[in-house]
Amino acid sequence: MAAREPTQIQIKFTLNGEMQSRVGPPMMRLSRLLRDELNLTGTKIGCDAGDCGACTVRMNGRQVCACLVPLAQLDGSRIETVEGIGDADSLSALQASFLHYGAAQCGICTPGMLMAATDLLAENPRPNEAEVKDALGGVLCRCTGYRKIIEAVVHSHEFTGERSTPEPPDAGCSVGSRISRVDGIGKATGREAFGADQAPEDSLWLRVVRSPHARATFVVGDLDAIVRDTPGLTAILTGADVPGHNSFGIYPDLKDQPVLAVDAVRYRGEAVLALVGERETVDSFPIETLPIEWTPEKSVCGTEEATAKNAPIIHAAHPSNVLLEGYVEKGDAEAAEDGAAVATSWSLCTSHVEHAYIEPEAGYARRIPGSPGRLEVVACTQTPYMDRIEIARVLGIAEDDVRIAPTGCGGGFGGKLDVSIQPLLAIAAWRLDRPVRGIYSRTESMASTTKRHPVRASGTASADGDGNLLSIRLTADFNTGAYASWGPTVADRVPVHGSGPYFVPNVKIRSRAIYTNDPPAGAFRGFGVPQVSILQESLYDDLAEQLGIDPLEFRLRNAIRAGQPTSTGQVLNESVGIARCLEELRPHWQRLRAEAERYNTENASSSHRRGVGVGCMWYGCGNTSLPNPSTIHVRFDCTGKLTLYNGAADIGQGSSTVILQICADALGLQPIDFDLVIGDTDRTADAGKTSASRQTFVSGRAAFLAGQDLRKKLLSMTRRDPSAKLRLEGSRVIVTDDDGETSLDLDKLPPLDDMGTVLEGEGVFDPPTTPLDDKGQGVPYATFGFAAQLCDLEVDLDLGTIHLRRFIAAHDLGKAINPTLVEGQIHGGIAQGIGLALLEQYTPGRTENLHDYLIPTFGDVPEIDVLLVEDPDPLGPYGAKGIGEPALVATAPAIFGAIRQATGIRVEQVPLTPHRLLELLDRQGAQ
Amino acid sequence: MDPTRGHYERPSTLDAALGMLGETGPDWTILAGGTDIFPIMTNEAAWSGPKSRNFLDISAIPDLLGIQEEPDGYRIGALVTWGELTRSKLPSVFDCLREAGREVGGTQIQNRGTLVGNVCNASPAADGIPALVTLGANLELSSIGGRRTIPVEEFVVGNRNTALAPNEIVTALTIPNHSPETRSTFLKLGTRRYLVISIAMVSVLIEPDEHDRIKRARIAVGACSASAQRLVDLEDLLAHVPANEDLTEFVRPSHLDALTPIDDVRATAAYRKRAAFELTRRALRRVAGKLTDDGS
Repeated sequence: MAAREPTQIQIKFTLNGEMQSRVGPPMMRLSRLLRDELNLTGTKIGCDAGDCGACTVRMNGRQVCACLVPLAQLDGSRIETVEGIGDADSLSALQASFLHYGAAQCGICTPGMLMAATDLLAENPRPNEAEVKDALGGVLCRCTGYRKIIEAVVHSHEFTGERSTPEPPDAGCSVGSRISRVDGIGKATGREAFGADQAPEDSLWLRVVRSPHARATFVVGDLDAIVRDTPGLTAILTGADVPGHNSFGIYPDLKDQPVLAVDAVRYRGEAVLALVGERETVDSFPIETLPIEWTPEKSVCGTEEATAKNAPIIHAAHPSNVLLEGYVEKGDAEAAEDGAAVATSWSLCTSHVEHAYIEPEAGYARRIPGSPGRLEVVACTQTPYMDRIEIARVLGIAEDDVRIAPTGCGGGFGGKLDVSIQPLLAIAAWRLDRPVRGIYSRTESMASTTKRHPVRASGTASADGDGNLLSIRLTADFNTGAYASWGPTVADRVPVHGSGPYFVPNVKIRSRAIYTNDPPAGAFRGFGVPQVSILQESLYDDLAEQLGIDPLEFRLRNAIRAGQPTSTGQVLNESVGIARCLEELRPHWQRLRAEAERYNTENASSSHRRGVGVGCMWYGCGNTSLPNPSTIHVRFDCTGKLTLYNGAADIGQGSSTVILQICADALGLQPIDFDLVIGDTDRTADAGKTSASRQTFVSGRAAFLAGQDLRKKLLSMTRRDPSAKLRLEGSRVIVTDDDGETSLDLDKLPPLDDMGTVLEGEGVFDPPTTPLDDKGQGVPYATFGFAAQLCDLEVDLDLGTIHLRRFIAAHDLGKAINPTLVEGQIHGGIAQGIGLALLEQYTPGRTENLHDYLIPTFGDVPEIDVLLVEDPDPLGPYGAKGIGEPALVATAPAIFGAIRQATGIRVEQVPLTPHRLLELLDRQGAQ
Repeated sequence: MDPTRGHYERPSTLDAALGMLGETGPDWTILAGGTDIFPIMTNEAAWSGPKSRNFLDISAIPDLLGIQEEPDGYRIGALVTWGELTRSKLPSVFDCLREAGREVGGTQIQNRGTLVGNVCNASPAADGIPALVTLGANLELSSIGGRRTIPVEEFVVGNRNTALAPNEIVTALTIPNHSPETRSTFLKLGTRRYLVISIAMVSVLIEPDEHDRIKRARIAVGACSASAQRLVDLEDLLAHVPANEDLTEFVRPSHLDALTPIDDVRATAAYRKRAAFELTRRALRRVAGKLTDDGS
């Protein structure tokens, strides 16, 4: 036990209506008191700095950040937390409304939102939208785009305390219905356990020591003496303590990132040592006193420095600093430009973008009780099975000897596809034979984990006199940072998508992923496609303008149709809905463009200009020309318990709900008939990673096949017609068709395994693709999602600021399995697109917190109208395709198109912050 | 070291607090709402270990509570939060301060952070200081030896640097009386709507005379210098101008020459100056609107 600090004071306060008497350190934060001492983990910690509002509670009836209230000041106060406003059996009206409107996605900000809203509703039971925004404006959400939260608070007075249970859809009618998310109650009550919310009582704590230098060599002195002399410190781990390989990484041949760096570091924030011991000790350890002798070297910042002559080499295996190139070539783009009526060239660069999920990485690891040769990691993740590979490798044990049991995941967006804290916890728990837990601070989460790749891209596009696209050429250098992570995926994906969702006969696109000493860039909603789409859509706006063709009509003319080949020569025969998306937008576009023009004419002397822009996108669902199978099981046991075993990590987007809806309909029972087992590598099969917009399409298809498989077995055992209806009665399944009914007694069937399973349905799906040849020709994806988004905005010419007025988003997603969840994805994608376009720029050492790094707040996301275009894909479950990434890709191009109509400005550097926009306006004025 | 390993005291009287400050003893960090100190500690702990601090928590001292109307103005106790201020029924001359208060962090921060703390933290981007400067606010500084009063403008001497002596506590803000016709407003520019640190901000206060001419104008710009700066030349120029004229026409870029903005992650220095110019014009337009609204 660490030495207690001398000062302890006694306080009395009321917590959720009950008097509490505590003794504790006066400066202990209320958030820590609630979570660590009182086990009320509904209050979440996102930043410890009052920047995110996740820890919002009510103090004497007013909302406050629990991370900023010292224990001493609680004396005599009244505190109310999310645990005090309702639980699963008696939701408050507000919680019921949150559930109904889909206001919680990942759920990590939900307790804070609920408490801020409770504060508002106490004084104003029927607030309007503006009042909701003002009252909840201090809580950040990265998933929802805030729109459904606003709806839920505005309409909460329509709910009673009872859980709102609209009639559950009939058996077979679940797909397409707006059922509440299956994990919604845990999120709406703060009861769901996230990475930081649970660990064995006797866990040690792990704190990582990180490099303050972007590039340096280092020598570590005597650590044993420190451990010996520091009570409460159990160990200081170095790279030498990694029992297996001291390296990890997404690709089997590119595991280039050490768990703990040895001798040299390649970016600021890289893990060097791990302190393990009592929490007080490791938290308060003065890192600067550790015997690490640093020799900083000049770091390589950005792709230009990395590709300059004699640039320092980041990895010896890649002396040019080029990790990988991607390439797609079709036709002859240069020749097409020569013969074109119009051609245009442009270039742009983008910035590092931080995922800024509100839940920092957290979890614990331990040798499994009773099986000490096995290790389990209980942490937040997007990809349990890939984590298992990494952990087995760093421990040097078999994959079967590792269990990954995901906790609730408080947002991911690609940032929790790579392992972060998990291998550190694993080596510590393995070495010390103790459970070890850890929670990243906000700063360390931002400094150490992956980012969206910055890109420097340039391109040329051409068209004929009728407005038919003839060619596009692009080159794009992606800053993949210190380690490979998902760099190869970005380099491969971008050339395939670079022409946009159009028929372009001549294409030449080259991308490079380049090592630097910047933070590792990895996966972030779109894998490079959102960045390059900004350039590509801007080029097409140029061509339309030169030809005098309306930007939307130009896109509609060129939109790829069924039967036309893509840049890779793939012919999409079905579910090609981009033209329909544009047609859906057209009436809104014409009206809003005309309104904007009228406004600008009528207010010609004003310093405000309006504009309306359109952006289009396509996105291949699943891995690029690589296998990515999903396996789903659904099983009856002898008691009649029906369980869906779904290995897909639900990171808030709703895969647990959607996959259940699909399986329920395929089987012919209701979602409420199922128990769920989600994403536990000991209990579920591999459903692949939650990325690449693949879970609805790939795992959904597997769930469909599993449901069908089980249904076929039931029908064949009862000899009933394929149209038969099923119902459950205890341990019996009743199968009814026009000729009568048969009762199948499950308890009479022989068990298939030691879990008591008597009937099993299995579904396996791997989307059909082919490898790409040296010109990038082939079938990279089995299907694509399509979208066209419209943005209406107003530019303040004197300040360079932008007021977003509205988005209208038309999405072809094949089939909306759950429209509420789909809308939530689109809202959240647009919010992140707004951040990408206008706000977000991560700078190591400068913006490692949520007050210098700015993500959109309640006031930054305008109204969004969603138009669903359902052009079913024959492979998709009930025709469905992915929506996660398509939601974001078109947003920034639409914003920049609108700025262009308003001002004539073309974006060069993203984000287009006010000072950059004003500089461009000045330059334009000077010309 | 864990911050709580330092000393911690929470006296219940001002005299006791001043006594502790007066003694030769540890360096005290004065704690009220905690909205500045906890983020600082979080930041320190991120890359090293938390620093040891000695906290003198003044939150239990009743003398420091509340807003009082006094013969020569208003007294705002050191523990008055932004939330209390924005909910209070102060006269309309306080608009600039109320409008600034609504822009401080989120509601949670407004409910804990104090006006006096905002001044003592002395950030160049402190949302409250320009409004307090235009209101002519003074700080009441108490020590065991007595009290002194100092204008906010003189108290903040630089970036996170104040005239507070080690043995002193700021016990209150005092705002002098203004004529009932005086109007004020505040504008803040940030890159996003809520929870944003200013790129630039402007507070304007105008007192008309009986002929609806400007008797006195006070204009202060924040986040564009180490501390908030008055635009004295512009203030002088506006004196005696009819309040119903287009005041924006009077603003010249040279009026902002005293500003010394910096380049940082939020904006460039050049942009800040442009934005301050434009915000000044808009704030003047807005305050003129308030004057005429009342006149009609």
